[in-house]
Amino acid sequence: MRIWIEQQRALIDFTLASLARRKAKNLGLLAVYTLLVFVLASVTLFSHALRHEATRVLADSPELILQRMVAGRHDLIPPGYLDKIGKIRGVQKMEGRLWGYYYDPVIKANYTFMAPTAGDVERGTIVIGSGLERIRGLTQETGISFRAYSGKLYSFIVADILPHDSELISADLVLMHADDFRDFFGFPAGHYTDITLSVANPQEVRNVAAKLAAALPDSRPILREEVLRTYASIFDWREGIVLAILSGAILAFAILAWDKAAGLSAEEKREIGILKAIGWETGDVIRMKLWEGVLISLTAFLLGYLAAYLHVFYAGGILFEPVLKGWSVLYPRFQLTPEIDGLAVVTLGFFTVIPYTAAVLVPIWRAATTDPDAAMRS
Amino acid sequence: MLIRSFNKRRLVLPCLAVALLGFAMSFVDAALLRKQHAVRIEANRALAERLGLTDLALFTEARYTRHPSQADRHAAFQDHPLALEHFPTGSLIIPPSHSHAYLDRTAARAD
Repeated sequence: MRIWIEQQRALIDFTLASLARRKAKNLGLLAVYTLLVFVLASVTLFSHALRHEATRVLADSPELILQRMVAGRHDLIPPGYLDKIGKIRGVQKMEGRLWGYYYDPVIKANYTFMAPTAGDVERGTIVIGSGLERIRGLTQETGISFRAYSGKLYSFIVADILPHDSELISADLVLMHADDFRDFFGFPAGHYTDITLSVANPQEVRNVAAKLAAALPDSRPILREEVLRTYASIFDWREGIVLAILSGAILAFAILAWDKAAGLSAEEKREIGILKAIGWETGDVIRMKLWEGVLISLTAFLLGYLAAYLHVFYAGGILFEPVLKGWSVLYPRFQLTPEIDGLAVVTLGFFTVIPYTAAVLVPIWRAATTDPDAAMRS
Repeated sequence: MLIRSFNKRRLVLPCLAVALLGFAMSFVDAALLRKQHAVRIEANRALAERLGLTDLALFTEARYTRHPSQADRHAAFQDHPLALEHFPTGSLIIPPSHSHAYLDRTAARAD
């Protein structure tokens, strides 16, 4: 065993010397390889952690939400709907919600205005998300005015700011009293944005949703499991333009790596010829080249993965911000919990190390089995 | 010169070992961070429950991207019949996975 280890160390040492002779070429390949692993690992770590975070944070979101549709658009719930819903068996608790969107022309951002059903915001005051605090430079007890869609100006005092740690779900929230909300948006009395329901038996949620759709044909029930499913599939690797761009980059790299690994240069062929001439066996030459493939691909995988880990969980995935931000003005600052998908990491490692190492072997096998004299002359 | 290049080569394997250790340590670090973040996640879950929140505030550029779970497949195109989805978020996320079709069919049979 000791002899085998010494042999491998000697082979690795020789491989490193061989790589150092083509330093610029190999370092360039390593840099591109590492960058590709970094991008792929960053996307994998970020999307998995975000999916996990969303699933955990939204685990107790409303069990069932009922929207009303008019001419294909979301419309207000008129009075009387709550009574009709109350008659459906299985419905345990229901509440009308008041929420809507407000476009702030000052900073050209969209906010979500909401009147909490718990009613813990006093009239004339608002509680804001920390994204809004940052972007409008607001602090506790400062005043802010919003021009309503009616043209009237409404002033509010910032009573409180939601925790900074909750920015991922509350960056653009403006919580206000229900009466202030109705005045501001001109909501008619008894109307709501939508209705949240809880069902006595969780197994019956689908049946209750079907009963609601039958009793109120213009309504649209949204189940909690559907909300969670929406986020469970967010940034799935199969979707979106990211994959389209990435697949081009991966393909380009595959061609580059294949060309580098599968095609031997005249210098490499001569080197193999000399090694064979001085007594190296075919197996030694193959082992040496195997180490070359493993050293380059394993180094690229480890460096790329570590850089991606630091980028996603310590730098807040800063490189993704311009992509995710799109045309938004308000973007939350958040730190993700490192939930690592072991299978995805193993898959990435496998597809980083194995194909490159295998691609190295084929031409080496051919060159190592030819006559040393012919190899040196070619 | 020869000695210097020999020494540099000798450093490669220890560096690779450090990178391997770093790879293993990333899983340990992740476990420690998960423990630290548990309080924050619990507080956020409680806030989402109290306010009845249904979505992450990741994409605030349009109303249907701010609350993707509350939007429908047509929301992105509802400005006029031939409108194309033009918000960048539309290229990143898919429409919500709602089973409205099933519910609508059930409602139609009942009527």
